[in-house]
This record gives sequence, C-alpha cells and structure tokens, in this order.
Amino acid sequence: MKHLLSINDLGAEGIDEVCRLADHFTEVSQRPIPKVPALRGKTVAMLFYEDSTRTRLSFEVAARRLSADVMGFSVSASSVNKGESVRDTVATVSAMGPDAIVVRHRSAGVPQQTAAWTDASVINAGDGWHEHPTQALLDCYTIRDRLGSVAGRRIVIVGDIKHSRVARSCVMAFTVLGAKVTLVAPPTLLPPEVGSWPVDISFSLDAVLSDCDVVYGLRVQKERQSEALLPSLREYTAQWGLTAARAARLHPDALVMHPGPVNRGVEIAPEVLDQPNATLNEQVRHGVAVRMAVLYLLLAADPDLRPEGAGT
Amino acid sequence: MSTVIKGGLVIDQTGERNGDVVVEDGRVVAVGPDLSGDEVLDASGCVVAPGFVDIHAHLRQPGAEEAETIETGSWAAVRGGYSAVVAMPNTNPPIDCAAVVQEVLALGRLAPCDVYTSGAITVGRKGEQLAPMAEMAALGVRLFTDDGRGVQEAGLMRRAMEYAAGLGVVLAQHCEVDSLAAGGHMHEGEWSSRLGIPGVPAEAEELMVMRDIALSRFTGAPIHFQHLSTRGSIAMVRAAREAGLEVTAEAATHHFTLTDEACASYDPVFKVNPPLRPADDRDAVREGLADGAVDAIATDHAPHSPDTKEMPFDQAPPGMLGLETALALALTELNLPLAEVVGLLTWQPAAIAGLKGVHGAPIAPDGPANLCVFDPNETWTVDPDALASRSRNTPYAGRQVRGRVRHTIVGGRPVLVDQEMRP
Ligand SMILES: [Zn+2]
Repeated sequence: MKHLLSINDLGAEGIDEVCRLADHFTEVSQRPIPKVPALRGKTVAMLFYEDSTRTRLSFEVAARRLSADVMGFSVSASSVNKGESVRDTVATVSAMGPDAIVVRHRSAGVPQQTAAWTDASVINAGDGWHEHPTQALLDCYTIRDRLGSVAGRRIVIVGDIKHSRVARSCVMAFTVLGAKVTLVAPPTLLPPEVGSWPVDISFSLDAVLSDCDVVYGLRVQKERQSEALLPSLREYTAQWGLTAARAARLHPDALVMHPGPVNRGVEIAPEVLDQPNATLNEQVRHGVAVRMAVLYLLLAADPDLRPEGAGT
Repeated sequence: MSTVIKGGLVIDQTGERNGDVVVEDGRVVAVGPDLSGDEVLDASGCVVAPGFVDIHAHLRQPGAEEAETIETGSWAAVRGGYSAVVAMPNTNPPIDCAAVVQEVLALGRLAPCDVYTSGAITVGRKGEQLAPMAEMAALGVRLFTDDGRGVQEAGLMRRAMEYAAGLGVVLAQHCEVDSLAAGGHMHEGEWSSRLGIPGVPAEAEELMVMRDIALSRFTGAPIHFQHLSTRGSIAMVRAAREAGLEVTAEAATHHFTLTDEACASYDPVFKVNPPLRPADDRDAVREGLADGAVDAIATDHAPHSPDTKEMPFDQAPPGMLGLETALALALTELNLPLAEVVGLLTWQPAAIAGLKGVHGAPIAPDGPANLCVFDPNETWTVDPDALASRSRNTPYAGRQVRGRVRHTIVGGRPVLVDQEMRP
C-alpha cells in the first residue's frame, strides 16, 4: 500500500494489521524511552491547510517515536483562499524529498489530488466532509481494546453526519469489520441518498439507546442554525444530545465515544464525559500508536525492520 | 476562385443525396454529379452538411483572454465543424450593453467563423434590472441570457419575457435556483454523498424550468432552455411543447456522454454547471434528443486556464471544453441516424438563434456557403495538446471517439482543409 487516502484502501485485513501493529506500538509508548528506530532516515512532511493541533501533534509524536524526521509546513491563511494552486504547494513540499506527506485540507479530495502530484506516500489527515481514516482506525482500535472486537457490535453514530468526514470513515471501517451501524440525526444532518450506505437510520436517539454497544457522538456546529438545518442547538441537545438521563439508559458496558473536540453540553453532557465508559482520552492516546502503525505500514518497506509480534 | 467538394453524401434539411458541391463568392453555385472547380476538396466517404451552429459557447473575451479569445475559440469551432457560434455574455465586463456587443462583434469579424453574441437579460447579469435589450437587438442580438446564472426573480423574468417578445428576440435560461444550488459543486446524489462534495440537486434546475414554462404560458413569450440535464426537466419541456407552447431546449454534449461518477477522481475537469448527473438523467437527455423534446446539441464550451485544474474540486470554476469534440461525441454516444445528428447541430440550433437562412440552410444553388465536411466513421483519440482552444480542460483526454471533421467552409472560404487550419 502506497497511500492512505480512504478506509477503502485498507479493507478489513488492513485495519486488522494496523491494530496489530498498534498493539506493539502501544507497548513501545509505555517504555521509559518510547522510541524505536524503525523509520530512521525517513522524513514525514506535515501539510496542514486547516488548523488541527490535535491531529497534527498526534502525527508528529508518532513520527518521532519511529525516529523519522518531521517537516512542518505552515500554509498561510491567504493561500487557503479561493484560487490556490494545491499543486504548487505539493511541488514545493515534494522538492524537499519527504517519504510521506500528511495532508489536511478543508476541501474533499485534496489528498487524492496530492497523491497524483508527488512520489511520496500520502496520508489523509482529514479532507472536507470526505474522510478521516486515521480517526476511524483509532476508533476501531479503541473499541477492540475495550470490547474485544468491532465485529458484531451495535454502534450508534449520532450528530452531524452530513458534514462529517469522521462519519464517512467510521461507517466504512465499522461495517467492513462486521459491526451493525445505526446513524441517528435529524434528516437535515444526514447525507443525501444515505439509503445507499450500509447502515440503518433512525431519527430518534431514544429509540436506539438501550440497544447498543457504542454511542459515538459527532460535533454539531453553530453554523447549522443559520443554514436552516437546525432550529437551535438547544433543540438539538433536547432531541439528540447524550444527556445524563439518556446516558443512564445505556447498557453499563456501552462506550461513549467522540472524535473531539466536544461541544460540552451540546452533543454530550459534561457529567457523561467523566464516566468510566467515556473513551475520549483513550481515543487520543491510541491515536499516537495507530498513526505509528500507519506510518510504519506505509514507509517501512524492509520486512527485517518489522517489530516482533507485529503480524505479517 | 471556386471550390468543389467532391464525392460526398450531401445531408441537409431537405434530405440526403450523393453529389459534388461547388461554392464561389460565398454562395453555393451548383450541386450535382461530376462538378469541377479551382480547388478540389475530397469528400469521399464523408458527409457534406451545413456548417454547425453552436448556440452556447463561452469565448471568454473580453476579460479572460488567458483562457480563450474570440480568435482561438473560433478556431476551435472551425476544427469542430462549426461555421457559427453564439458567445455567452458572462465575460468581464459582461455583454449587457451596446458597447460590449459592438466590441465582441468587431473581434468576431476577424475570426474564421461567424461570431454572434447573446446579450445579458439583466444589467451585469445581476438579476436586478433589465439590460437594454432593444439597443442590443438593434445590433443583431437575437438571444438573451444571464448564462452562468438563472434569473432568480419570477416577477423580473415575467417582465423580461414580455419585453423581449415585443422585440422579437428570445430569452434563454440557465435554469438554476440559487437557494437550492448554493454551495454545491456536483450533482447531489449517491456519488456526492460518498465523496463528501456538497451537491446541487436536480430540483434546482427543474424548479426553474417549471416556473419558466408557466411564465411562457402566461406571457405568450417563447423561452429557450439551456443545457438541460435532468429527466424531470426534459419531461416538462416535452409536455409543454405538446401543449403548444413556444418552448425550445438544448443539451450539452457532456450531459449525454458523462455521469457524476466521473467526479470520483476529484479532477476538477469534470466539474461543470449544471453538473454531470447519474446515468438515468444522461439517458433521458439522449431520449430527448432522439424524440425531439430537445432541439439542439450545444457545447457549453467553457475554457479555463490550466492552473484551475490544480485547485481543490470545490474551489475550481465549473466548465469544460466542447467545440472540438461535439460531433464525435454525438456520433459515438447517440444512436441516431446521421440526418438527425446533423439537424441537432445545424438547422435546429440555427432556428433558435435566429440564424436560419444564413446557417443551417439547405445546400442548394444560391444558398450560403457555410459547410462542414466530416467523416462519420473515422476514429480518433482526443489529445488535449492537439486542441486549437487556448485551454486544455477537456474531460475526454485519451477517449476514443468516432466521427471527424475534415473540412469547414465559412462564407465560401475553406478555413479548415484536411483538418488543417487555414488562416
Ligand atoms: Zn449555463
């Protein structure tokens, strides 16, 4: 595999392999010196057109723990304006000879376009409403870690599905691993033709709560009010928020997940976030190991360098 | 100096016949067997048709000469077999007054094919105030459109139709309700859903088609619909014509050739407005062209400079080249008799644009010598670098197609001979 642009690039086997590698790198991360020489001499470029301190830091830490060099490119706000040539920027970055480019952009498809314009491996760190594959991978890893497997789990994803790259990647990853996914949102926050997705749909969170293994909340932004997609955030919380009362109806082992950052009190009540079945901090922690696994999978061509017990 | 076109199958509105065609001094002087002339153009195995008429071309001048000029766009037209093109008014400044019309027509007089222009319906194409249609009509403008945008306000559109009818000119609508289409970059459907690209629903087009049919019934004024792309739109036009309304329609080559699946590449060369639609809509466009619901094939030739291909899909401007591939796509993609394809490219669009008698006319003595000679069976591969257009944004790069223009004659002058441009 050369690039990670979509969860589709991995399939079930690829996700399993990432998780097995992540197990190993989780162990590495717990060592006194959490560093292995696996990618010594390799360079990873960070091309973030959109601010995302969390994802960017996670990739940087992952690269450094594998002994790779990290190049950061600050893409100025002005070049993100209409009419930018992504190709020019990619050419500049490529000229520095990175082995991988991690791309984040507010427009869907930019990582795929980038892959056509560089010899480096391209990792999609989130593109518009399209995909965020490493987020879905760390979510799979978190579910596997807590519940043993993703297969057969009933996962409810609630929130602004329409505008969510996380939802697209998670739906693909969860379903390809054999989970049963239900999307919950008002119809205005569901994507068009969602009937063609391999999921069940519900407009009511209350109707599906008591019968699931995972509730995955998505961020809902204020702008949705002005776009006439929601009357108000207050109404959203009342109907689709994971309030304390709703959380009390969950199965005791059911997980509460969220890709962050959370609008506290909008998607999920603050007290629910503090419950032991809320996995937000674990998700962030697993993000580093999972991204180490992805970088390793794409860049460590030499099988002799593979860590023991890290799969085939 | 006379030119004889030898050995072709002559197809025009009056029918088909084998024969040579002699042109001299801008007119056809003879049609029949074994004719001769000073210059001989070989048409064996070819169709001799009236020159094609594109009623929807973006020639980009004034304002975006880096993408196309009237000169380069006209050469692209000639390469595509066109003897006449109608320029769209979304230039900078827009073609919304006599001064800009005169500028475009003056440049057009230097071009290798006949260049006509449309005029804007509203000042600045802003949809707020009627443009001076009478002063533009006095300069010969016959088609008015705010193309690139639809006229949003029903009340304003009503007045525009009434006013235009009094001048004997036709309004052409780019059907798109802004409030439904806003922020969209491809067809709203399964593919946009999967790709995470904001969509434009078919209903954004259909609502305006529905409204303008109602306004045509109300005002009695004719209306022409540009680049129809959905099954619903075409069904409404078909019904309106059956009801006796003066409604005409065109379809763009890409809408009967491509589908929204092409956007999965995220290559902005597949971005166009109205967007590429699913296969069922594409099929409906084909059916409309076959049964007469749609009168004309248009190109919506929309050149963009190369750097626009290097933008993210949602930032790139919509539009694709069309003039040099239209005939080949019609012959390759539409399963229609040759004479029907010729009609869709010649006398039918000529009638809409008020050019009958000059373009699309029967090929007969004393008729105008605006002609196209094409080989309906030659296959070729589209090569962006071989195009005459100043731009390269063809979505058909590498595609094998059938049907190729060999000669184009404009005003009796061979401007394309054996696929070579003759300045
Ligand atoms: Zn248009």
